[in-house]
Amino acid sequence: MESLLHYLVPLPVVLPLFAAGLEFALGIRAPRLHKIISVTTLTVVLAIGLVLLFGSDAHGPQVVHVGGWEAPIGIALVADRLSALMVTVSAAITLGVLVYSIGQGMADRDEVTPLAVYHPTYLILVAGVSNAFLAGDLFNVYVGFEILLTASYVLLTLGGTQARIRAGATYVVVSLLSSVVFLIAIGLVYAATGTVNMAQLAVRLPGVPEDLRLVLQVMLLVAFAIKAAVFPLSAWLPDSYPTAPAPVTAVFAGLLTKVGVYAIIRTQTLLFDGEAVADLLMWAALATMLIGILGAVAQTDIKRLLSFTLVSHIGYMVFGVALTSVQGLSGAVFYVAHHITVQTTLFLVTGLIERRGGSASMDDLGGLAKLSPLLAILFFVPAMNLAGIPPMSGFLGKLGLMQAGVQAGTPLAYLLVAGSVLTSLLTLYAIARVWNYAFWRAPSEGMVAEPGTVLETSEEDDDSATSAYGPEEEAIGPSSRVDTVVGRTATLGGRTVVTTTTFPATMIGATAGLVAMGLAFTVLAGPLIGYSQRTAEELLDRSPYVEAVFPEGVA
Amino acid sequence: MNTPGLILVVCVAVLYSSGFYLLLQRSLMRVVFGILILGHAANLSLLLTDEAITLPPLLGGPSGEMSDPLPHAMALTAIVITFGVTTFLLALAYRVWLGDENDEVPDDVEDRRISRLTEPEDSS
Repeated sequence: MESLLHYLVPLPVVLPLFAAGLEFALGIRAPRLHKIISVTTLTVVLAIGLVLLFGSDAHGPQVVHVGGWEAPIGIALVADRLSALMVTVSAAITLGVLVYSIGQGMADRDEVTPLAVYHPTYLILVAGVSNAFLAGDLFNVYVGFEILLTASYVLLTLGGTQARIRAGATYVVVSLLSSVVFLIAIGLVYAATGTVNMAQLAVRLPGVPEDLRLVLQVMLLVAFAIKAAVFPLSAWLPDSYPTAPAPVTAVFAGLLTKVGVYAIIRTQTLLFDGEAVADLLMWAALATMLIGILGAVAQTDIKRLLSFTLVSHIGYMVFGVALTSVQGLSGAVFYVAHHITVQTTLFLVTGLIERRGGSASMDDLGGLAKLSPLLAILFFVPAMNLAGIPPMSGFLGKLGLMQAGVQAGTPLAYLLVAGSVLTSLLTLYAIARVWNYAFWRAPSEGMVAEPGTVLETSEEDDDSATSAYGPEEEAIGPSSRVDTVVGRTATLGGRTVVTTTTFPATMIGATAGLVAMGLAFTVLAGPLIGYSQRTAEELLDRSPYVEAVFPEGVA
Repeated sequence: MNTPGLILVVCVAVLYSSGFYLLLQRSLMRVVFGILILGHAANLSLLLTDEAITLPPLLGGPSGEMSDPLPHAMALTAIVITFGVTTFLLALAYRVWLGDENDEVPDDVEDRRISRLTEPEDSS
């Protein structure tokens, strides 16, 4: 069995791509088939992720040399503990969001047009994310990034409303800029060492002059920090994510920034000596935490508020990486897994809030706890988890990071520990504001939209109280007002939404499933922390990774 | 460094500077061109990694020498990616322009709304 394990490694990349091709070939005639294919594929990917998770834990990193070409020439795909964990968590999250979006698509009856593009694009996004996680070659990481980014451009501008096009343009330009920086860095790395294979780089880079090595390290760091939204390279995120449809925002917020964090962890441990930029990363982490959360405190729109908390909590992971100790890295790895789940769940719940209350702005919401107790529970649990209330996994993750900081014992590390406590409190404050406004206070007259109210998108200002399911939407009408509030409620296809008191069971089920997954991190915290500890040891040791790719030694 | 290499260096420098200049403009169309030029610059700088870049990346040349094929392969991949994404970005820019015949990148409306909140004393 063990000898067959490594054949599973390419499947998380290949299967979604294959399924996407199949769906494109089927076209719009078979929307039911699309759903079946997508759900089946992601379930299989999740199962493979789990097998790889246990397999790489028991038998060390699994390597496949694609096309049978040995490592320095061919492309290696490597699943070590970190990659396997990331693939598993991302498969679970994407499956949950997919089920949610199927429920939303059925509720909005826009099965034909957007879903014909939505499903295959979503699968390509998953393939790109898996490729970035599994790549054992710096250029292949770049290709993985490009696959997932290109898919994300399409998903972000789905439906083509004016607000989404505007937000999409910002997002595309920023992402392309980071890709250009990454590409230049790859060129420089290749010029300096003559290889882009990461295991070989781990051996060759220590021989490169120190100044040059620092330049390469910082350039890669900048490229990944844009993707991970580390301050000061984070300003694009709160402007581009909230306009997308709820499930798309959820998967972007949960996953895409974490791909950047994964790349930072991988390069700072495997390729470079993390010590060289540790102080820089510490300061960046502190600024990311504090400025992000202060931004969140000022917001009234729940989606924007959550986007700012997302930026802020990236700081925790960067803090863990900057410590360059087993405890720090293990805290960071645990926090990444926890945060992907919780942040995704919160965005999905916000989608449900919009559906019930007619708005994602706290000013227009009130009394939801009485109107929809189920929604309140679904929001409350992950929100408290995000803020880090004991004994939830958010608390455990933060505790692990703070203990690692205290163990490091430098003044800067203590400053970071203080910063993380403050950020945690401010997160609680920001989340409690949402709770008090949207769920707890008595709604004033006409504040919460009645069930059946047609919500405006920024396209349709005044007309059409009944045309919510109109035969066609005018995507680029002249009446569009871009200066209205961004991020209006709309379906996947950009059509308007009608508020309801009842949600499709699939949407509630998917959200509840992800809430439960967040809680499972608490219940399974013991084995998970053990796993992340072993992950961190493996990362800092480097030799398991290198030896797995080059069993006969490196040239 | 040999002459073709030097010419490439100058080209890359000019492309980077004009690319970044265009990227900082207000009009989205200019930003798109900036991205396009930056992409070219990055692809050219991939080729700079090899001293013998003027030779074909093939075995069996007249002098028996060849250039390293890997930068060529990487540049080709990057060109294809840049091409596809640029097409998408052009379509986006066109849609933005169709919206209100104006392709300037707008100010952040939500941020301005938030900062206006602080001016009069707000209840929240």
